[in-house]
Amino acid sequence: MPLSTQSNFADPDAAYRLIVEAHRGLDDEQSATLDTALVLVLANHIGDADVLREAVALAKRGLGARQGQ
Amino acid sequence: MAQPALQFGYRRHPDQDRVDAARHPVVIVGAGPVGLSLAIDLAQRGQSVVLLDDADRIGDGSRAICFSKRSLELWDRLGVADRMIEKGVVWKVGKIFLGPEMLYQFDLLPDDGHKMPAFINLQQYYAEAFLVDRVQQLPGIDLRWRNKVTGLVQRNDHAELTIETPDGPYTLRVDYVVACDGARSGLRGMVGADFTGEVFEDQFLIADVKMTARNFPTERWFWFDPPFHSGQSALLHRQPDDVWRIDLQLGPDADPAVERLPENVRPRIARMLGHNDFDFEWISIYKFQCRRMQRFLHERVIFAGDAAHQVSPFGARGANSGLEDAENLAWKLAMVLRGEAPACLLASYEIERGLAADENIRASTRSTDFIAPHSKQERRLRQAVLSLAKEADFAKRMVNGGRLSVPSVYESALSTADEEEWNAGPRPGAHMLDAPLMKASGEAIYLTEAFSSAGRGFVLLENANGAAVEIPQGVAHLRVGAAAPLRDDAGLFTKRYDAAPGSAYLLRPDGYVAARFRHPTPSAIEAAMARASGRM
Repeated sequence: MPLSTQSNFADPDAAYRLIVEAHRGLDDEQSATLDTALVLVLANHIGDADVLREAVALAKRGLGARQGQ
Repeated sequence: MAQPALQFGYRRHPDQDRVDAARHPVVIVGAGPVGLSLAIDLAQRGQSVVLLDDADRIGDGSRAICFSKRSLELWDRLGVADRMIEKGVVWKVGKIFLGPEMLYQFDLLPDDGHKMPAFINLQQYYAEAFLVDRVQQLPGIDLRWRNKVTGLVQRNDHAELTIETPDGPYTLRVDYVVACDGARSGLRGMVGADFTGEVFEDQFLIADVKMTARNFPTERWFWFDPPFHSGQSALLHRQPDDVWRIDLQLGPDADPAVERLPENVRPRIARMLGHNDFDFEWISIYKFQCRRMQRFLHERVIFAGDAAHQVSPFGARGANSGLEDAENLAWKLAMVLRGEAPACLLASYEIERGLAADENIRASTRSTDFIAPHSKQERRLRQAVLSLAKEADFAKRMVNGGRLSVPSVYESALSTADEEEWNAGPRPGAHMLDAPLMKASGEAIYLTEAFSSAGRGFVLLENANGAAVEIPQGVAHLRVGAAAPLRDDAGLFTKRYDAAPGSAYLLRPDGYVAARFRHPTPSAIEAAMARASGRM
């Protein structure tokens, strides 16, 4: 199954908010640790190395675009 | 400033000469858009109203500009929408830019067959001027300028207001006071209520500029990190009279005293517009807040609009939600004062509009948090969404430059739950949808117009191609069908209401759905009416 990049949430703003709130009250180091743990948890939920590889590639392209701004 | 020159004289009222205080059923405090609209709605329902304002003129400056379809539908019932639309700038498309590129655009009303547009932009002072003109046509409204409420005493069955005027103070005894006196509400202090919520640290420069250059379309344009205002956000929106609303994010550390100086604002705006050929109508620096009163009902005092709840401007949820408050309250207050409904019907105002306030605050907070992230991590998350949005749909859907005002669907004790299957149509608690219809005479009429002229009470809206329905007393009847007074030639009514022959919607006096029936019976309609009137 290829990586799904269509919006899968009925309420995308609520999903974004949930992530924001998970970080409220954390310092930057704790935030980085939380995100790293979150990546591992979600990667395992996906359970498909090909999809994970695609996701990594998409995220890296985003990284390039950000640095280019 | 290019606004209607509207100053109103203070006039001494006979109430001020009385030894014993005069008694009135309703006093509305604050002649802004909410107070004026509420007064008109009550007066059109036959209720006499005293409307007080502490000023003697329409406030100028940069305030509300975006008025929603829902607000226009209310104003149409109040007889003022035509003037608003004629003067206003009609729009429905918004565009979101990231840097120099457009990320996506949205259309707020893609389908036809609605009398009112998705939005108009109109300076608040025009809206207020048109509402004041309408007030002056209605003998039931007694509008008193330079009447400032300075004291409140709550009694068992009324409230006592002390009112300061240029001739000194006087007292009124009032069944119900409606406080529409804005974000800095004096009455809120007098009832001892708090007004709590979130304050956003980022500052925003709001400028209204006048320019004849027409190189921008009539759309809402929002930028993240635009080339002309690096690292911040910007908003551009057209108003009547060649005035443009510009909103530039300045961050938390900007010095407002320095930033608001025209010599500092001008180069920023010139960079944005690409030219220097404009004049300032208004410049101010704001910090935004999202907050609400816990209760909107305080014994005999009812709070509405900004006095009761406040949001950031992203989403046009301030004035529009205040107008929805007015529309929700008017019919309930009129019924209670006429003795047609118990006083507990007013509790449903607090519940329905309290939930709406929560929804508006939630949407506005999410937008403001996205536009002005709180921490390094939130900024990183926001940047990741923006970067991914160029190629991934899911991220595009998370880009939040303001989610524009839509009417709430009320989870309300006034609604009767569906007992049958419906595949479409507004559910109980949702607002009626418009549709183009045809009178027997061949004259076109919109459903919202037919609703308005049906008598301002409960209305049974029926697809009349089934068995004849017996209607309980006190319910107006709108019948749509091939052999009925209204025809649905375009088929949009049938589609929008999933209106199989014989089915019917019971609409509240504010146009919200109270109940709907595949096979309406007089007893079911009667029961739904009683429930929607707070009688069960």
